[in-house]
Amino acid sequence: MELFTYKKPLELMRKSKRFGIISLSILILSLGLIFTKGFNYGIDFAGGTLIQVKYEGKAPIDKVRESISTDKAYEGASVTFFGGDDEIVIKTKMSSKKLGEDVSDKVRTLLKNTGTFEVRRVDMVGAKVGSELREQGIMSMILAILGILLYVSFRFEWRFAVASVLALVHDVTIAMGMIVLFGIEVNLDILAALLTILGYSLNDTIIVFDRIREGINTIKDPHLGKIIDESVTRTLSRTTLTSLTTFFVVLTLFVFGGEIIHGFSFTLLVGVIVGTYSSIFVASPILLWLGFSVSDYRLKEAEKAKREKEKEKMRAMYENGTI
Amino acid sequence: MKTLNYRVVLFVFALIFGIVFSIPSLTQSDEGKKITLGLDLQGGLHMLLGIKSEVAIESRIKSMAATVKYLFDDEEIIFDDLRMTKDNKITFELLDKDDVLKATTLLKKEIEGTTLVQDGLKFSLAMKAVEVLRTKQNAIKQAVDTIRNRLNEFGLAEPTVAKQGEDKILVEVPGIKTQADEQRIRELIARAAHLQLMAVDEDRIARVDTMSENEARSFGDVIYTDVNDPRKYLLKAIPVLDGSMLTDAKVGFDQNNQPVINFTLNGQGAKIFGDFTGKYVGKRMAVVLDNKVYSAPNINERIGGGRVQISGRFELSEAHDLAIALRSGALLAPVYVMEKRSVGPSLGADSIRSSSIALVLGFVLVILFMFIYYGIAGAIANVALIGNLFLILAIMSLFGATLTLPGMAGIVLTVGMAVDANVIINERIRELLHAGKSVVKSIEDGYSNAFTAIWDANVTTLIAATVLYAYGTGAIKGFALTMSIGILASMLTAIVGTHGIYQWLLPKIDKKKLNFWFGIKAEGAK
Repeated sequence: MELFTYKKPLELMRKSKRFGIISLSILILSLGLIFTKGFNYGIDFAGGTLIQVKYEGKAPIDKVRESISTDKAYEGASVTFFGGDDEIVIKTKMSSKKLGEDVSDKVRTLLKNTGTFEVRRVDMVGAKVGSELREQGIMSMILAILGILLYVSFRFEWRFAVASVLALVHDVTIAMGMIVLFGIEVNLDILAALLTILGYSLNDTIIVFDRIREGINTIKDPHLGKIIDESVTRTLSRTTLTSLTTFFVVLTLFVFGGEIIHGFSFTLLVGVIVGTYSSIFVASPILLWLGFSVSDYRLKEAEKAKREKEKEKMRAMYENGTI
Repeated sequence: MKTLNYRVVLFVFALIFGIVFSIPSLTQSDEGKKITLGLDLQGGLHMLLGIKSEVAIESRIKSMAATVKYLFDDEEIIFDDLRMTKDNKITFELLDKDDVLKATTLLKKEIEGTTLVQDGLKFSLAMKAVEVLRTKQNAIKQAVDTIRNRLNEFGLAEPTVAKQGEDKILVEVPGIKTQADEQRIRELIARAAHLQLMAVDEDRIARVDTMSENEARSFGDVIYTDVNDPRKYLLKAIPVLDGSMLTDAKVGFDQNNQPVINFTLNGQGAKIFGDFTGKYVGKRMAVVLDNKVYSAPNINERIGGGRVQISGRFELSEAHDLAIALRSGALLAPVYVMEKRSVGPSLGADSIRSSSIALVLGFVLVILFMFIYYGIAGAIANVALIGNLFLILAIMSLFGATLTLPGMAGIVLTVGMAVDANVIINERIRELLHAGKSVVKSIEDGYSNAFTAIWDANVTTLIAATVLYAYGTGAIKGFALTMSIGILASMLTAIVGTHGIYQWLLPKIDKKKLNFWFGIKAEGAK
């Protein structure tokens, strides 16, 4: 089966402005959401306690709310269904430092008369740990981006590195915007998902860039736009196919993976879509706008090759004993 | 005709290796190395504890003060006004000028890491900065050891207790069945188990109900309440001796068949205890545990042998846990919870089930897609994918790595991304076939053309995964780990392995059936 057969390059670069505007507006919208509505930090980053309770049969959620509100300490606690209707999650901003009696023990006593239940999960994060985790999270993002920037500069050229990182920032920001838009709770798993998007979207971009790098050396036309068009078109089938397979598995994870990794798989789902889009329509135009010059690059490469050759020659002469 | 080549041999070896070493994990047999399930999958308790190390300093000062008192009494040095100040110093006054030299040499010899400041006959003894630091570090180390001992004695399977960072303790206990069990374990860990034997201040105890803590301190006393009722006791703040001189603690029963704890003191403790009881006949001595008075019996006669009993109307399980805590020693400094995650076993089982379904379904979808789209070339990629899965399991088993829920997600994701290499390669081969190249040339050039792209893409993903591993905590580390192993394994299976299979099958590839082999209708293959 073949879905994509290469006939002639798509004229993507001619339309790059259009995509640029689309991307920019989504980006601004996302940033707006992030800064106005803000993240819904879960207990991992904000501190607090989460208690997951499973009932035999339907969970008496009103009764649970009532029982919990009898204790003043639980004011502002939220009680919601989790997955099915037999399971609920109680969240409070409180955390307790005491080992002997913590928030979950109290909740267990408060819920005594609400039916037969089993406490299935208790997560408690102190406020101090929460802020530490947040700092670590931001730090890891920055470090990952720096590492990637270095590697791509080393393997390609600095403009490739900047373009790929800008595409990354684009993807991650939009994914964050979606997280805010859908009110997904931000916990450590969301951070992991964002870092995965970082890796994934970069993967896609690198493969397109690799083709462009190859194109610079093999395609006669010295116009970068033309080279990009041809390279992107040639990798189009791969980009789409891989995105499809990844999309399949992330979708099964989203649908069947269970409630606990819902936020994680949702973020990945967004990331796969945005990452695919950006590697086709965003990363390469940036390369163009950064003023990458094909002839300069070729000149440099030729010089490099010449130097190598001279070195070889010298070595050969040395080995032959002429020097 | 060359049929076998090093690539295919390598791949077959990798496949066999993968299958053999993943069997113990897949069958969950008792033999062989296998993957440990993370706490989120098998259920258990994960805690990050902080430690109040300043308390270790206070109690160190306290025990120093007790030593000073004992030494002076023993050497018949007359002193007065021995007390502990709020800024962790010990002050006292000597009454006889002739004792100064004797006292200072004695203190220098017996109490290490302190500075002694003299002002006339008044002295103050303080810990050196190095000693303070050492005490704090020691408190953490001791807390780690103590908590580990307690959990081991409790009979729990493979608890993990480790120092994390400068001043945190990581505790992981798998296999806890109920919330009530979990609470009991938390209490056991938290128990300071700080045992003190203290003299009752018989002269002033009559006034204890109206006395403030500050007033008590001015007499060198302290007020503690009874463990079972609000009764108050006025006790000499400097204990006769503490739990550090205890050698054993066991649960026993008193004449009313109530559980009690019998403990034995070491030689020095027994001597101090004997001397004290001999001197204080007719007065009361309180057994104080974690700042609660458990009993305060009258001393009828000198008690030698160093055997003491705590009775406090215990539940049997409580007495049992308490004896463990006493045996494993006191925590020099109390611990508190910074982070706690506990997962019940049923939730873990649910997580395993749902993520396995996602894994199998995702896997089947990808395999079907590859075969339909690429024909035999897709099937070859699928063989590599299966090999990749086995390799991930085998490597994780060999390292005894922990599989967490995000780790499962990592494997699912790897399935999606590992076929990427084969998609890239197959697309390159198709391109060359379309351009009219021969099958051999298309395959060889296809692989070499695709290599740089796959390499660079994988290295960058690895960079992200490494950072995630370095900065991630707990379960997230598992995700980064499976993803990294998956990427590395895919280099072997998807690049080397499939290449080998092509070379092996090459003589059989019919260039007229390119649709069957590569899923394309190529016109001019030569």
